[in-house]
Amino acid sequence: MSTAVADQHPRPDVAPLGRMAAAQVRATLLFYWRNPAFFVFSLVLPVFFYAFFGLAFGRQRVAGNVTASYLIMAQMGAYAVSSILVFNIGIGQANRRATGQDRLLRATPLPSWIALFADIVGGLVLSLLSLLALFVLAVAAGGVRLDPLEWGSLLLRLVLGSLPLLGLGLAIGYGASQNAAPALANLIYLPMSFASGMFIPIQNLPNFVRTIAHYLPTYHYAQLVLGQFGVSEEELWRSVLWLAGWGIVLFAIAIRMYRLDQIRKFA
Amino acid sequence: MSPPDLEARDWRPDRPSPSVPTVMEPVVELIQARKRYGSVEALRGVDLTIHRGEVVAMLGPNGAGKTTSINLMLGLRRPTSGQVRLFGRDPGDRRARSRCGVMLQESGVPMGLRVRELVETFRAYYPNPMPTARVLTFAGLEAQAHVPANKLSGGQLRRLYYALSICGDPELLFLDEPTVGLDVESRRAFLDTIEEFAAEGKTIVLTTHYLEEADRLARRVIVIDQGRIIADAPPSEIKSQVAGKRVRFDCVGPIDEAALRGLPYRHLELRGGHVQMLTNQPEEVLREVFQRGLVIRNLEVVGADLEEAFLALTARRAPELVEVEGRQLETEEAAG
Repeated sequence: MSTAVADQHPRPDVAPLGRMAAAQVRATLLFYWRNPAFFVFSLVLPVFFYAFFGLAFGRQRVAGNVTASYLIMAQMGAYAVSSILVFNIGIGQANRRATGQDRLLRATPLPSWIALFADIVGGLVLSLLSLLALFVLAVAAGGVRLDPLEWGSLLLRLVLGSLPLLGLGLAIGYGASQNAAPALANLIYLPMSFASGMFIPIQNLPNFVRTIAHYLPTYHYAQLVLGQFGVSEEELWRSVLWLAGWGIVLFAIAIRMYRLDQIRKFA
Repeated sequence: MSPPDLEARDWRPDRPSPSVPTVMEPVVELIQARKRYGSVEALRGVDLTIHRGEVVAMLGPNGAGKTTSINLMLGLRRPTSGQVRLFGRDPGDRRARSRCGVMLQESGVPMGLRVRELVETFRAYYPNPMPTARVLTFAGLEAQAHVPANKLSGGQLRRLYYALSICGDPELLFLDEPTVGLDVESRRAFLDTIEEFAAEGKTIVLTTHYLEEADRLARRVIVIDQGRIIADAPPSEIKSQVAGKRVRFDCVGPIDEAALRGLPYRHLELRGGHVQMLTNQPEEVLREVFQRGLVIRNLEVVGADLEEAFLALTARRAPELVEVEGRQLETEEAAG
């Protein structure tokens, strides 16, 4: 009897990928919604810094209509997006490994790339929220005026330029333990951001730091974003090339770390 | 490779081949499976076939290779040598995995998500999921549907993992020590839950430390020790092989082995005046003790735990074991 029923309703072999991805994205967003402590730092700190520095020192004219307020907004935006990628997505993987969530998911038919995709979408949503808050403040209080095309271009630079740092975050998240990951991320990412002029204008940094900065992904990310206002120290193609190079290196390390973790657990 | 693939499409599960009864369809197969972690040999050549509708308990002391066997079946680990098939496919194949549900010993869920939300998320991973309400009823979590996972009690958390394992309406369910860490009450309730699911004609593979659990749920018990299958038989047969009770007492006055000779015990430990025996006939043992006029104190009769039970099975009853294995071979030959 049961075979006859099965004939009438042929059962699919696997669940549709779209349905899996939608469910996973929903779960990721719910997780953030219920645990604001996990992202409030990355979301609020850049806005807070902007309110502090951007509004205090922003009146100074840099080029044409562009004031320091524009640049500080752009750099705080870069800081916001990259810290979400490194701290929320990257270290999120370390937490998932430590709590055995990866084992449970691995035993289900969910492809692991869908779980990662959902994490990236979640990070993107956080980034956009953070940027939105920052932009609103910059327009309302910082006197920033851009046309829609310029906003779009800035957003694109902020999001695409941050991708190598996603590689950094994942490398740490797959390679380090839950306890070590946040410390390691702070140790690598924070000095890198400082040296690249994200908090203090790079012109004010000592020469040797500026020399080192030229090799850092965060420096080229900052330059890419500042290029939106024509105050970059390097041409656009140079920033893109450097970021692409760093992206390949960091993602290669991330993939290596992922494989090692998989072999340790599942080989 | 492609012609057999095309042929395979012709016998989808909804069109069973007439010559092979569906009951005998192998769901899990281990063929000479070995697993080595560094210098440790966790499995030393295991041959095992589990058929559709069987409820199988894998029994054995800690480190015997139960979890390793389950991990191989699930594709969570790869065999060092030998073969593993799940629904006739590689265990890593998503088509095979979509027909399984798994409850692992060590696993976690995202913090803050509620029971219902987690069940709904996991349902989306499977092609033919069970309705959420039914999952919650099966797992006995209706009242906790809106409770965040991290606010659940230990027993409720096990139920949540159980709910996640059945939400794909699996044909095959793996339960790795499902009742470990539960109090007596929760364990009993949880066993009821599993029994209910088994009554649907599902294939269930569970590992356990407890013989009574295996006895209650399974119709086939596979005993693993030191990476090998040492027995594969119905629970009643296994039970007669192992010592189910531990009798302990202190003797008033001197005692030696001779004084206890002839008692129906499987294993005896004498330490000063402390006597400990593993036996299946505690009543007989005690009657003899009293008849021989021994004066005892602090008498205790409890169910032996598995390590103790198998102490009797592995160390003392080696000839009988061979017998059990021989019998199993015969039944397999008869079936084939």
